[in-house]
Amino acid sequence: MKELERIQNPYNDDKAIDACSIFGAMDTSGKRFSGKGVIRAIANMHDRGNGLGGGFAIYGLYPEYADLYAFHIMYLSQKGKEDVEAFLKEKFRLTHAEEVPTQPTPKITNPPLVWRYFLEVGPQKPEEEADDDYVVERVMEINTKFPDAFVFSSGKDMGVFKGVGYPEEIAEYFCLEQYEGYLWTAHGRFPTNTPGWWGGAHPFCILDWTVVHNGEISSYGINRRYLEQFGYHCTMQTDTEVVAYAVDLLMRKHNLPIEIVAKILASPLWSDIQRLPQREQTLMRTLRQVYGSLLLNGPFTVIIAHHGEMIGLTDRIRLRPLTVGAKGSMLYLSSEESAIRLICPDLDEAWIPAGGEPVVGSLKAPLKTPVAAKEMVSHVD
Amino acid sequence: MKVTETIPEETIKIDASGIYYRELNARLRELAQNGARKIELHNVYGQRYIGTNLNRPVEVTIFGTPGNDLGAFMEGPRITVYGNAQDGCGNTMNDGEIIIHGHAGDVIGLSARGGKIFVRDSVGYRAGIHMKEYQDKKPILVIGGTAQDFLGEYMAGGTLVLLGLNREGHHKAKFVGTGMHGGVIYLRGNIESYQLGKEVGVAELGEADRELLARLVGEFAAHFGYNADEILKHKFIKLFPLSLRPYGRIYAH
Repeated sequence: MKELERIQNPYNDDKAIDACSIFGAMDTSGKRFSGKGVIRAIANMHDRGNGLGGGFAIYGLYPEYADLYAFHIMYLSQKGKEDVEAFLKEKFRLTHAEEVPTQPTPKITNPPLVWRYFLEVGPQKPEEEADDDYVVERVMEINTKFPDAFVFSSGKDMGVFKGVGYPEEIAEYFCLEQYEGYLWTAHGRFPTNTPGWWGGAHPFCILDWTVVHNGEISSYGINRRYLEQFGYHCTMQTDTEVVAYAVDLLMRKHNLPIEIVAKILASPLWSDIQRLPQREQTLMRTLRQVYGSLLLNGPFTVIIAHHGEMIGLTDRIRLRPLTVGAKGSMLYLSSEESAIRLICPDLDEAWIPAGGEPVVGSLKAPLKTPVAAKEMVSHVD
Repeated sequence: MKVTETIPEETIKIDASGIYYRELNARLRELAQNGARKIELHNVYGQRYIGTNLNRPVEVTIFGTPGNDLGAFMEGPRITVYGNAQDGCGNTMNDGEIIIHGHAGDVIGLSARGGKIFVRDSVGYRAGIHMKEYQDKKPILVIGGTAQDFLGEYMAGGTLVLLGLNREGHHKAKFVGTGMHGGVIYLRGNIESYQLGKEVGVAELGEADRELLARLVGEFAAHFGYNADEILKHKFIKLFPLSLRPYGRIYAH
């Protein structure tokens, strides 16, 4: 073989070795912890991203305002801020507003103005409407009608922080080390088909539902048109946005458990369905008929989170990586196992889940390895 | 005047904490070029391409979790991992050995052209995808546990052994050998026909198969402390490509 280092890359066009990086950590006992470990872990996968997007979601973030909707809003102009604040005061009881604290970070350039608002749904809401539905409608209204403003986080006692930069730079910029939560997800972005801009960074959020994603949703157009029928409007110019609205529709509005939702988003292949017992076959066929437009096509690994639950899911033929680690009550999900081991070297168990099979951490049930995954578990010293 | 060169025999230890992969691999290259025979890497957390471009029979022992494409394009070294390997292990390797005391992620042994990989536990998707062989260059991949779907996809050469030591009954992998047009898979236990790619045939092992299998299982058992005879007592089947040139007719007219 040739001594490659002598002739390596004479054109100075280093191959892009990027992919997105995703990471999630949850204490299923509900204990809150600092983001230091999560930031180290996502930074360890620095090379998977290219600095055009980084972000975090934190649950159990605002215990002092736990019953209020926390809106995080990006503004591109002072006028946008004034207009949206007038709108918020008209539509909600505004309890508290403040600029999200930031610190100068050399690599973060030209950031938008980012504010947070703690809101209560008041008498402005039509009586027959649910609070959550009212909030979703107002988020859509701001994101479609106010040109210089984006609501990018809208749940209770949780928050999303994101922007253009590597995730560790975004963490530094938003001073995330000082926050605590019982569930953190993180993302380093390598944009493929759509622009790297502040709103397009992950996680995507509606109410307390968040999604971080590695891959690409080639069914974006179909998914988006389907979701529009239910009042969801895609404004962030990125495929992943549909996943956040899909889980809000399926899990909150239609009250489906993740085991069923996984069969909608990552439906089993027809050849697999044909071999199922009759009852299950009927269920799978029904899901494909009713929710066919929410099938996510293309390669993906996502970490979906909402209060009390963190879910890892890949496409059915696992075209993007996902690895799982468990230690006591802690559950970790990651693109790479090394990022988990860096912050928790002595895992009880580490395994690679099968494509289309959700991995779920829940506050309601103690953590246990699914029986189906047992043969994928390794114990290393 | 006679020049004598001293070759360092002792094990060189490196603490890899916080070392960027390019720097780590540059150091390994330098050590190997200076004649180092044994190198231990401690606290490895995700550095990529370890073992690439060393081109010497150096022994590299890794404690931790090496990053993607471990041993990519490798030519000669022996890498032992005390931990799990990530994706792309043995990518296009040409010669040498990788021994993993744990599991490995997706596409292990992809496009391998030679050398040997032994994995104690299970592997992820698409293990051995497009392994190939030419004359005496035949890559070998032995997996102690089970594999996820698309094992041996587009396989064009080499030998893949799946032992299933950590499970009972049939393997669950589907689309095994999809697009296979060369090489051979020895599978301990059995598999349903729906789990196989359309291009795959199933056969009993012949004498030459048994000899090769006994040798590979012997090496596997020696690496991980198993009893080879116990493993070989069990029934094996042979998966082989039905055609070595499945698309030949397309180009004939």
